[in-house]
Amino acid sequence: MWNKAAVVLIGLGMALGVSAVVAQTSPIAARKALMKANNDNARVAIQMMRGQAPFDAAKVDAAFVQWADTAQKLPGLFPENSKTGEETRATPKIWANKSDFDSKAAAFGKAVAENRDKAKASLDGLKAAIPVVGKACDNCHEDYRAPKQ
Amino acid sequence: MLRKVVIFAVLAAIVSAPAFWFLTIPATIPASALAPHTPDLANGRTMFLIGGCASCHAVPKQKDEKRLGGGLALNSPFGVFYVPNISSDTKDGIGGWSEAQFVTAMVKGTSPSGEHLYPALPYTSYQRMRLDDLRDLFAYLKTLPPVAGKVRDHDLPFPFNIRRTLGLWKLLFHDGKTFKPDPAQSVQWNRGAYLVNGPGHCAECHSPRNALGAIVAGKRFTGGQSPTGQGGVPNITQGKLHDWTVADFAEVLDTGMTPDSDRVGGPMVEVVRNTSQLSAGDREAIGVFLKSLPAPN
Repeated sequence: MWNKAAVVLIGLGMALGVSAVVAQTSPIAARKALMKANNDNARVAIQMMRGQAPFDAAKVDAAFVQWADTAQKLPGLFPENSKTGEETRATPKIWANKSDFDSKAAAFGKAVAENRDKAKASLDGLKAAIPVVGKACDNCHEDYRAPKQ
Repeated sequence: MLRKVVIFAVLAAIVSAPAFWFLTIPATIPASALAPHTPDLANGRTMFLIGGCASCHAVPKQKDEKRLGGGLALNSPFGVFYVPNISSDTKDGIGGWSEAQFVTAMVKGTSPSGEHLYPALPYTSYQRMRLDDLRDLFAYLKTLPPVAGKVRDHDLPFPFNIRRTLGLWKLLFHDGKTFKPDPAQSVQWNRGAYLVNGPGHCAECHSPRNALGAIVAGKRFTGGQSPTGQGGVPNITQGKLHDWTVADFAEVLDTGMTPDSDRVGGPMVEVVRNTSQLSAGDREAIGVFLKSLPAPN
């Protein structure tokens, strides 16, 4: 009887564990996490630009590293079965124009790479760099991210 | 009994046909209404930017905002509208139009051939614009390059393809009145109110519409259907944006950045491309006005 209970409990535990891993690696969850981190880093940079926080080269660098990571991972997070659900704001145009989407992600990566040194060198450098990176964010969002509602 | 019904129906049709015809006569502004005016091209460009003309009228899928050859397809509950060529081309655009014809189109929604224009052109907002601003805009438009090629007709099912019926729609939803400043408010507030309600035509996207496609007046600015069909257009009254300061509104129009460090997306990206080129003063004026928008009941 205890053997049977043990099997059931262990089985349940494994099922929960597997589902947790599956939830962890859901592409929608993964890409939302990247975007949220992007935004958190944008806030850090913007507060420095507005004089609400002191300029911190290490934090700027960390932001650019995280954005570069996003650019690299993003194209792979849109499999065919991830078009709907989990409140995704990804528009159907992504799948209809995947090569354009991928090239916009690459352009974002390029903007980040080209501006990283300037941004962490000084506050003025940061102020020049951020709008360029922001434009690259917009170029993708314009067609490929639905508005919040 | 049936005979009486038929007679009544025929009489009603006979009486209502001329009544319908009279009520739906397209209105125009004659050239005699236009006093001598030297165009201010800088102001014309400002009107072009805040008016967002290029957002609809620029040739799709290319980056030059000054090529206003039209062709964009706008889906609507009433069919598909194909945005016309308003370049300076004299044959296929508006290069051959008179000033009176241009202001008539923008304020009265009437074409040079005397037909009603569909309110896909938001003359329900542009009607608030002052004649001088419209004339400056027209002068500016004529400095932009000519683009050859007429755009195809709209694709609208019956009865929406009967332009004359727009005369009735206008009786209900279009008054042709110019913006009237509120003397109790500051110059800055009035500037913002003018820009938002006139050339900015913000309410056209940011408001819900009724079954006839007109803005629900009591819910103006409380959000609407996205022009692209996915997601919604946000509520921009204080009912939703009570945390925003005037500077926050001005910032969004300058950089696209929201107070929570997010970025506006979808069609608003194109709007910000234009508003970022306005003066800081105009963006702040818009912010002052938007900050004053109460939450509707």
